[in-house]
Order: sequence, then structure tokens, then C-alpha cells
Amino acid sequence: MKPAPFAYHRPTTLDEAFELLERYGPDARILAGGQSLVPALNMRLATPSALIDINRLPGLDRIHLTSDGLVVGALARQDTVEHSPLVARHVPLIAQAMPHIGHLAIRARGTFGGSLALADPAAELPACVVALGATIRVAGRGRVREIPAAQFFRGIYTTALEPGEILTEVVVPPIHAGWRSAFDELARRHGDYALVGLAVHCRLSDGAVAEARLVFTGVGLTPVRAARAEAELAGRRPEPGVLAEAGRALEADLDPPSDIHASGALRRHLARVLLSRVLGRLLEPPHPPLSPDRGRGKDEGA
Amino acid sequence: MRGPDMDSLEISLTVNGVPVRRRVEPRQSLVDFLRYELELTGSHVGCEHGACGACTVRVDGALVRGCLMLAVQADGCRVETIEGVAGRGEIFDLQQAFAEENALQCGFCTPGMLLTAHEILRQNPRADEMEIRKALSGNYCRCTGYHAIVEAVRKVGAARSGATR
Repeated sequence: MKPAPFAYHRPTTLDEAFELLERYGPDARILAGGQSLVPALNMRLATPSALIDINRLPGLDRIHLTSDGLVVGALARQDTVEHSPLVARHVPLIAQAMPHIGHLAIRARGTFGGSLALADPAAELPACVVALGATIRVAGRGRVREIPAAQFFRGIYTTALEPGEILTEVVVPPIHAGWRSAFDELARRHGDYALVGLAVHCRLSDGAVAEARLVFTGVGLTPVRAARAEAELAGRRPEPGVLAEAGRALEADLDPPSDIHASGALRRHLARVLLSRVLGRLLEPPHPPLSPDRGRGKDEGA
Repeated sequence: MRGPDMDSLEISLTVNGVPVRRRVEPRQSLVDFLRYELELTGSHVGCEHGACGACTVRVDGALVRGCLMLAVQADGCRVETIEGVAGRGEIFDLQQAFAEENALQCGFCTPGMLLTAHEILRQNPRADEMEIRKALSGNYCRCTGYHAIVEAVRKVGAARSGATR
């Protein structure tokens, strides 16, 4: 199918983009990577009066280190993030999650910020930023807001972004010694949306789990943090019995929906499988040596 | 409602090395632009929602879905289609291996398969069968000729990595 007609604008400054957002109001849509929006246009699930293409806004694709942590620009392409030595070194959780997103050609075009702003509950990056305790920076005319990732996702395709605002960058706080992370998901075909995905970020101390953040995708309207399973792990060595107890605690943490792809019961079962698989991986030696940079990242100060 | 904003916009780009200037409607996809305006019909239109990969082209050196990019977004860009890439002989070895391994079948998915295979091997010429299968999972073959395609890509990868050793 083909999209319904729309006006097309390509601002070259943020101020110009804010003016356009004001001019068109809620009928306008921001076009970043377009890997979810354009299919919605093609199928006429979305019929906006205007597209505001932010791909040529300068500076929003930077990945750089600051005293606040690693800053990933909203327009950084997913494959750039995937191959970024800075991301691999400072945010291995995200480096692990990236290859699960779509396919080569999707990641070449899809953006880091676009995935967060869309807030698809089955997507990988929302779970990662929640697990990492990242901060989402958004800008509106004359103001900048910082929103903790855990408060950013409000519902299916719904975020804390207000009318007139644009997601500009994500700040991932520095990760201190002892913190380990892992990501995995179960999908029917590689690159498809996961039936269930899991981002784990935890601090190990003397072989025990001092703190754990377990964030699931595909099991609710937003990324879902498994608080009871986290409590089950706290202060304990991640041995098989402990993992099994944490898995049982998921019964109370998760109430996954049933849909055409899988029943809620199957999703809950898969969540348990993923939990023991991903946590089991954290028992292994520290992250394997990172493969040499394949030279495609746009990093600065690497 | 149609206003002046929705009318056509002028774009300039290079396609397979040739400068092109055209007026396009904002809603026209890049792949439709290539097929209908430039008569480059190697890139195919399959699912139109980014699942099948038949529309794959390269924009500024990166593999993209031609159905998920608007022609207006290619303004100022360097676009390469299967006609350009094959015409330069860049993927001659892949084309030959596809023929030898019987990986062509009906041919509808072939242009996207070839461009994707080329990118897989560019990123990692030593990609093993599982890596190739994973990366090709973004391209549908409706004849289900996957095994022959994977085998052709694997053979070319082995030859390319051997040749550059």
C-alpha cells in the first residue's frame, strides 16, 4: 500500500523543528529512522498531516563520553551504536542488545532515539535504558528536560514526551566496577520482535548478587522490571536453586498478555527460561575480550 | 486536504553514479522512485513494510530498505541499485555462485539477496553458515531457496577471505 499524502519538512535546526511542531500540532509526526513510522504510513495505520524529518539536524548523532556518562545522540544509527567501541566498552548491555534489532538494513537506518520514542513494549532498547538507569534528555522550545528512563515509558507507544518536544539524547551513567550486564531474547525468527526479552544489569560482590535490575520486554505495556525476582537474588550467590526461586518469583512479577504469537502462559514460561539463561551467563568470567573495532562507529574520544 | 506543502518537491541525487534531478511527491518511496521515475526495476517491491528485503538498495554506502525511505529523503544522497553494483562487476563472484548453486529460482528476491550477501561478507568475509542465515533472515525467498543461497554466500566468503589472506 502507499501512504496518504502529507506535507514534508526537513528542518536544519531544532528551533525550526519546534516551530513546525507548533504549526501542525498533534497531527504532525517526527520522522527519524522511519523503520516503524514508514510501514505505518504505507499501511495507512498512520495518516499524519505533516512529517517533520529530523535526519538533517546537526549534532544529534554523536556518541561521546562526558562526566555524566556516555551520551548517545538520538539520531545515532543503530548499526553505528552496534559497532561503537565506546558503547562496547562503557555500555556492554546495549552492545549485546543491538544485533537483536531487526536486520542489517533496518539497523543501518533505524535510530537509537527513534526506538525509545516509539516505545514499542517488545523493543530491546527501552528495556536496556531502564535497566541501566539512564536519563532521557528531551528538548522543547526554550527548555530541556531530563527524564529518568524508568519514568519515560508510560504505556504502549506512549512516553513522557509532551507536545512540542523532541528526544535529543540519552545519558548512560558511568558503570562502576563489579557491575555486569547481559541481554538476550527469544524470537520466532532472528530479527523479529521478541516473544520475550530480558536485560539484566547487576552488581556482583564476592560472588553474590549485591543488586540486580531485571527488565523484561514483550510481557506488558512497557518494559517491566521484575522486582520480586530481583529481591530473591539480592545478597545471594546465583546458584541453580537461587535462580529457580527467582524464576518462581516471576509468577508474581509478570502478567504477560496473550496474543496471536503466544499465550501469556507460554511467555511466562519463556521468561523463566531466559532468566536462568541470562543470569547463568553472568556466572561466567567477565565479558570476553571485545573484538577489535570494525571501524564504523562515529565515536569521539575513543 | 491538500495544500501547497503537499505538492512535489525537487530533489537532486546521484543514482549509480549518474546525477539525477526530479520533482517527487513526498509520499513516494525511494524504491517506487527508482522503479517508476528512473525505470531501474531491479529493486522489487514486496511487502512494503520492511519485512521482505526485496527492495534493498544502498544509500551513501549503507544497505537500506527502499520501501522504508522516502524519495525526498534521498535528496543529496548517493544511491546504488543492483543495476549499478552488478554493472560495475562488484558482485560478479556472488552472481556466479548464485547461478552455480541454483540459488536464483524465480529471481524476485535475488537483487536484495545479492546486496545483503555482499554487505554480510563486507562486514565479515569469514561469516559461518549460522551467521549468514541470521543476517539473511531479513530477506524472504518465496521459493524457499534459502539453503542454496546460504551455500552460495558461504562459498564466496571462503573464496574472498582466502584471496585476501
